[in-house]
Amino acid sequence: MAVLTPQRPAPGSGAPERESRRLGFSQRLGRWDVKLSPYLYISPFFILFAVTGLFPLAYTAYVSVHDWSLLGGQGEFVGLQNFSDVLAQPTFWKSLGNTLSIFVLSSVPQVIIAITIAALLDQNLRSATFWRMGVLIPYVVAPVAVSMIFGRLFADQYGLINSMLGIIGMDPIAWHGDRLASHVAIASIVNYRWVGYNALIFLAAMQAVPRELYEAAVIDGAGRVRQFFSITVPQIRATIIFVVITSTIGGLQIFDEVRMFDATGLGGPDRNWMTTVLYLYDVAWGNQHSLGRASAVAWMLFLLIVLIGFVNFLITRQISTSGAAKKPKRKSITRGNA
Amino acid sequence: MSSVAVTAQTAGEGAARAAARRRDRKAAGSATRRAGWIVYAALGVVLLISVFPLYYTLLLGSSDPVEISRNPVPQWLPDMSLFTQFQTVIESTQINFWKALANSLIISVVVSAAVVLFSTLAGYSFAKLRFRGRGPLLVFVIATMAVPTQLGVIPMYILMSDLDWIGKLQAVIVPALVTAFGVFWMTQYLSESLPYELIEAARVDGASMIRTFWSIALPAARPAAAMLGLFTFVQQWTNFFWPSIVLNSSNPTLPLVVKSLQSNYFVDYSLVMGGVFLVTLPLLVIFAFVGKQLVAGIMQGAVKG
Repeated sequence: MAVLTPQRPAPGSGAPERESRRLGFSQRLGRWDVKLSPYLYISPFFILFAVTGLFPLAYTAYVSVHDWSLLGGQGEFVGLQNFSDVLAQPTFWKSLGNTLSIFVLSSVPQVIIAITIAALLDQNLRSATFWRMGVLIPYVVAPVAVSMIFGRLFADQYGLINSMLGIIGMDPIAWHGDRLASHVAIASIVNYRWVGYNALIFLAAMQAVPRELYEAAVIDGAGRVRQFFSITVPQIRATIIFVVITSTIGGLQIFDEVRMFDATGLGGPDRNWMTTVLYLYDVAWGNQHSLGRASAVAWMLFLLIVLIGFVNFLITRQISTSGAAKKPKRKSITRGNA
Repeated sequence: MSSVAVTAQTAGEGAARAAARRRDRKAAGSATRRAGWIVYAALGVVLLISVFPLYYTLLLGSSDPVEISRNPVPQWLPDMSLFTQFQTVIESTQINFWKALANSLIISVVVSAAVVLFSTLAGYSFAKLRFRGRGPLLVFVIATMAVPTQLGVIPMYILMSDLDWIGKLQAVIVPALVTAFGVFWMTQYLSESLPYELIEAARVDGASMIRTFWSIALPAARPAAAMLGLFTFVQQWTNFFWPSIVLNSSNPTLPLVVKSLQSNYFVDYSLVMGGVFLVTLPLLVIFAFVGKQLVAGIMQGAVKG
């Protein structure tokens, strides 16, 4: 096992160094090979990532303080004008509200349902692979396609969901007319695609929970539900944090689902389901053709995502460690994420 | 005397067997009990919800458009008229179906191959080689996984129009060539599954660094590389936001076809739904073959990630 620790020096860094003066050409070449290769191998990632990932992000700040139109290109420096313009647009604020609402409606049920499905899959099932593949099917359907299909299911008139509500005696819901209802419909599009995926992540974490813990709990007289909340949930806390953070980053950038939810794709007549990324799209390539203002939107959304991600991290860690303090620690789980 | 011995023996055997059975059950814990029908029923409902929207797409694709706008379930079974819709979509000049299919294929294959190669290279370096700055650089990679780089779209768009790449496939391919997640994934895998002895043996035998990578690390990385390739493929195949900005309906990808279906034929739900299914079909077929690997990949990534 000691062999696997990363502290172990790589060949060539120890004793031979003292004899460096007597090295021949090919040996010197070999040493350069050892020294430079690691950097050479990581350089494609860092160079491409700098150009296509970091630079654009930083350059967004530059664009955001300029008058910059889609067709006319760079204009003059305007300071924080773009920011104040955006902040003065009611649609921006509405889009933030929509984003947060859709995000909460999608992420919270998503995690809860996914953990529940994972608990089901964690039972001793016949043909386990079949069930696991079954819950993953929605993952390979493109979000745009899911959105089109759910747009029909949630149609205001003669949609399947409203008809079913009619059968149980409820009034039809204006899925495209009412603000909150549209958020629920869109959140269900997001959930449809990601619940199964996250369930498998939770399932893997659950299977790594040592079975002795459950035995001990059974001896102590804990029932299934108690076992679930006192052992399973605290034991998979690292995974819960992981899923919550990834779903935050994704959930605050929802675009495909809202873009396709109706034929116009701009968040409905009252911008009821316009998310902030859709708003950014509209500002840049839709109605305003202002790359400067769109950059201001991007920066503010960026800060929001980082902020919420951080808060999320703190909250999840608080919740999940409070129950786990007394339990024996599992190295293989805590190691990677702690 | 002999009969007693026999009894004792059988009793002993029986008791031992019972004890073993008890031990087995205990060792495996409560979860080893076969799942009850309630679990299967609940999972059946989950499966139904997973599959139903796709089935419903087929259903609407086979139905009469006028009928759809009056009745949410015009018929219960898909029929042959579905193929008429497929044909219309494929032959439509506004849709460019074959071009979209080819584009999606090119983008997904090229990007997956590049992500796998670059991630394995960097992952091998981070996991198994010693160099100055290794720690901080790895932390940097992990930190960037949480950065929403999607939000750099505006400068990226400006860059693409300066390069005159708007409407061309490289505008989608080049920004996707590397991912921080890929590097992290391969680093994790290689640091656990590639023994130092193998690398040292190759080095002692006089293999150069790149030779060692090529003939030792790359083969060892195959399982994780396959997973990474699969996920990148699915992700690129279903990607919409960025392609919808830099590509257009004359040179689309399959998700963009869904958009043109919606804007060109939005009243003809039957045609739109037929098209939506057609667009979804390739990945469903692929899923039938690699679904198992996707499941394994997600579960493997979960334990490590």
